[in-house]
This record gives sequence, C-alpha cells and structure tokens, in this order.
Amino acid sequence: MIEVTGLTKKFGSTTAVDDLTFTVRPGIVTGFLGPNGAGKSTTMRMILGLDRPTSGTALIEGKPYRELQRPLQTVGALLDAKWVHPNRSARAHLRWLAASNGLPDSRVDEVLRQVGLTEVAGKKAGGFSLGMSQRLGLAAALLGNPRVLLFDEPVNGLDPEGIVWIRRFMQALAAEGRTVLVSSHLLSEMAQTAEHLIVIGRGRLIADTSVDEFVARSSESDVLVRSPQLDELRAALTERGKTFREEDGALIVSGAGTPEIGELAAARSIVLHELAGRNASLEEAFMKLTGGEVQYHGSGVDDVMKGGL
Amino acid sequence: MSTALDTLRAERIKLTSVQSPLWCTVIIVALGLGLAAILGSVSRTSVGMDDEMGVFYPTVDTAISGVTGFGVLVLMILAALSVTSEYRFGIIRTTFQATPNRALLLTMKALLIGVFGAVLTFAVALGAFFVAKALAGPDAGRELVLDGGDSWRAIYGTAIYAFLCVVLAVGVGTLLRQSAGTIALLMLWPLLIESLFALFGSVGAKIQPFLPFANANHFLGQEPSVDFHWGPWGSLLYFAVFSVVVFAISIVVVKERDA
Repeated sequence: MIEVTGLTKKFGSTTAVDDLTFTVRPGIVTGFLGPNGAGKSTTMRMILGLDRPTSGTALIEGKPYRELQRPLQTVGALLDAKWVHPNRSARAHLRWLAASNGLPDSRVDEVLRQVGLTEVAGKKAGGFSLGMSQRLGLAAALLGNPRVLLFDEPVNGLDPEGIVWIRRFMQALAAEGRTVLVSSHLLSEMAQTAEHLIVIGRGRLIADTSVDEFVARSSESDVLVRSPQLDELRAALTERGKTFREEDGALIVSGAGTPEIGELAAARSIVLHELAGRNASLEEAFMKLTGGEVQYHGSGVDDVMKGGL
Repeated sequence: MSTALDTLRAERIKLTSVQSPLWCTVIIVALGLGLAAILGSVSRTSVGMDDEMGVFYPTVDTAISGVTGFGVLVLMILAALSVTSEYRFGIIRTTFQATPNRALLLTMKALLIGVFGAVLTFAVALGAFFVAKALAGPDAGRELVLDGGDSWRAIYGTAIYAFLCVVLAVGVGTLLRQSAGTIALLMLWPLLIESLFALFGSVGAKIQPFLPFANANHFLGQEPSVDFHWGPWGSLLYFAVFSVVVFAISIVVVKERDA
C-alpha cells in the first residue's frame, strides 16, 4: 500500500509535482501514466525518500520511506537500470545491496535465477545490454522479497520479447498480493499491463480510475457521414438529439454507432456517400485528456510545414 | 547497530568488487617503499663521497615521506572516488534507497576506508623505515632509529593523519559530488594552495600556522618553517577538528539535498 497525500515538489519557481493525492492498492498492477516531464519520476523519487517533498507526505505501508528499517525488505524499486557500476559484476552489485539490508547471499542467487541472469552473473554490468540491465535492476528490486514494488518506465527501449516478459513478471508479482506501481508515458502499454490507472499531467492528478473505465470514457467512438443532402441530415440528427460537428464537408457524429446513423438516414431517404465508424485511439484519448498538460510542446506539424504537406 | 554493521559490510563489498581500490593500494605501497629505497641508497652513496657538504643523513620523517607526501594523497583520491563515482554512475540513489540514513552511511564509508588507510599507511611507513635503514647502511642511516617519542610519532602519526585525510576526502567528495573537481581540490590544496601563503609576506606568515595541512605536517615531525602557536599535538587536534567539521557540513548538506 502506498499513500500519497498532498505531495508537492517545487524546483525554484517551477512546480514539478502539484498537490498529488492517490493510493496504490495491493494485489493489482497500478499504472502511473503521464506524458514525459509530467512529474512521474519525481513523484517516485519522493516516495522512495530520495527527493524531499516541498510539502505533503508519501507513506509506504504506513511509514515514510526514511523511517523504514531495512527498506529493501519492504520496497523494491527499479528507477534506472543504468544505475550500476560498469566495472562491478552483476553478482557483486546484488551482494552489496543484500548485505546492506541484512539479506543472505543465497537471496542473490535466487533472484539471479528468477530473472535469468545466472550465467552472466560474474560479468561486468557495464557490458550488459539494456534488456540485461533491466533484468539486473529487477533482480535488485526483488532482492528483499518486498511487498511494494515501484518501476519507472521499465519497458523503455526493450524489444517486444523483453516487454512481454516484464509485463508478465509485474502481473505475476501483483497476483501474489504485492503492491505494484509502474510508470509509463504509453497508454497502450499500460492498458495491457495495469488494472488501475493514475494519470498525471504537469504534476497534477488527472484521473484515478480503472483501466477499463478510462478506456471506455476516453475513447468515445465517432461516426463520419458524407451526404449530398447535408441539410436534411443535420435536421434529422438534431431531432435525435445527437451532437455533431462538420469537417471538410462531412459530419462527425459523436456518441453514436454506424447502424443508428444508417437507419436514420434510410428512414428519411437521405442518400449517403460515406458512412464510417471512427474509434479514437488510446493515444488520441490520452492526448485529449492531458492536452494542456504536456510540459514540452513541439510546434504543430502544420505550423512547421506551412502547408507543405 | 545492526544497520551500522550491515552498511559496513555493504561498503566493504563495494570496495573489494572493483579494481581501483586495489590499484590505489598498490600505488601507495610502491610510492612509500620506492621513495624510501631511493633515499636510502642515495644517502649511502653520499656518505662515500669526499664532499662533506653533499652528505645526507635521512631522518625517520624523510624516510617515510613517500607515504606522508604522496601515498596519503592517493588514499584521499580513493576515499573521494568512493563517493563521487557513486554520483557519477547514479549508484548513490540505489545506496540511499538501501540505507536511507545518509549520516550513518557516510560515517561508515569514512570509517571503513579510514581504518583501512590507517592500517595500510602504518604498515607501509614502518616498511619504508626499514627499507631506508637497510639500504642506507649503518653509517648513513645513523639518524634512522626509532628511539624517542618524536621518531615513533612520525610512524604512528602517519596512520592518524591518513585516517583524518580520508574523513576530509569523503566530506569534500560528498559536497562537490564530482570526481575531477574533488581530486583537483584535494591535490592542489596541500601541494600548492597552502604554500602560496608563504608568498604573502607578513600577512601570509600570520595565516600559515592556521593552515590545516601545515598543521598536519607539523604533527608529523617535519621541521617547522612556520611559527606555530601550539605543539605537534595541538596541530593534530587542529587538523582533526578541521576534517571533522568539513565532514559534518557534508552530512548536513547531503541530508537536505535531493539525491
């Protein structure tokens, strides 16, 4: 269980995390979603006692991180897989971590086996590929057999096989009754991994909801219709109480399905040239929600190309 | 208490699982014994010469100057790197996750490397003394005797000096967080910056007895070129307070700072 209350972090005049309040429950994977620069990593660092909050608290199993005795036995975290000494072997890296929290060396071999690194355990971590580094980071997080796990963008830069492997791993950990918080800036990834979502943008909480609900709510389907009898169609739609907008000669009807619109048109003998259902992608939905909240905007493609497309 | 011992064990594994501490140790031994060997043989040759002016009788503190002058500097690099390399590779965050008590962590780090450095420099200093004595022979080595308090103080004083230098280096490394700056400061300070004060005339002369490394050298039995306001043990106390204060400041800073 992770309880974050009124958590705020200011760097000078910029507010990286703005009055965040949420709870991460055990037994499920909770996705921590937001665009790059939304404050996900900062929030995780504050939960882990690395950064000091400007105000607010973050409690793990009821205690601030810095008050945990042998914290690795309560919380495991993978923030950045490259945080290892390049000239230290994987086993030595895990051995000092184990020693620091009173864990036996036998745990090192266990977690190495769990993540499949036993054969390269004696090799220097500096020579590891990103995928192997992620596995090593995962091994470090699992070392103390913790009830709470935090992963910051664990699938970033991994190949498909690695992504599936990590996803299954996290789900298995949650199924064992652990609290698992995984951050990502990819909604589609989170939709497949997590059950619950905490969405933030510019440090503020945008949504705290189940994945299914979030997807249903945000990916409303539209229907695109083209017709030579646009005026009649407009009148029919207004009568039905449908909301629509116009987009280069076509009508975009929101919150309706193609059968409904087709039948409506047939009943009024309106000729249709095109009738197409459009499902907003998860990404589009995500952008709609976090639209104003992206920290580093690129200029719009149209602005840049100046009609050159 | 158990946390302290756990931390100590973890830091020990960190030190022995990479190569650089081993190389630093080899360099300290080589510098300490090598310089003693050169001094010893040069002094023997000088006694054989007719020119009375050229004759050179090494004392205990010159025989071990490879340790006190250079070896301890290498030890300071080792101690500073134990902190700055963790910042360099981001391991410091993993370390702080494993041991959230940052004051305890840095204290154990300094204690471990400090005690190791003290034992190492004591052994090398003693070894350097015997190497110099053996190579100088009975004639040139007539000053190389461990009889009075002063000559012994040079040997065990080296160990105390080394320990305090480690405490200082860990503190400076923690404050600056990056290797190049830390090493530059730790090297230039005793070798260059302190000697610059001699150029500042009467003002410089007033400041010199308060310079930390000048005091450390005073304690180690080097002929004082400065008028100190206290004896060798006062100088040791002065240097100790200086090192501990820098270390304490670094702890206060690191506890408040974001990792």
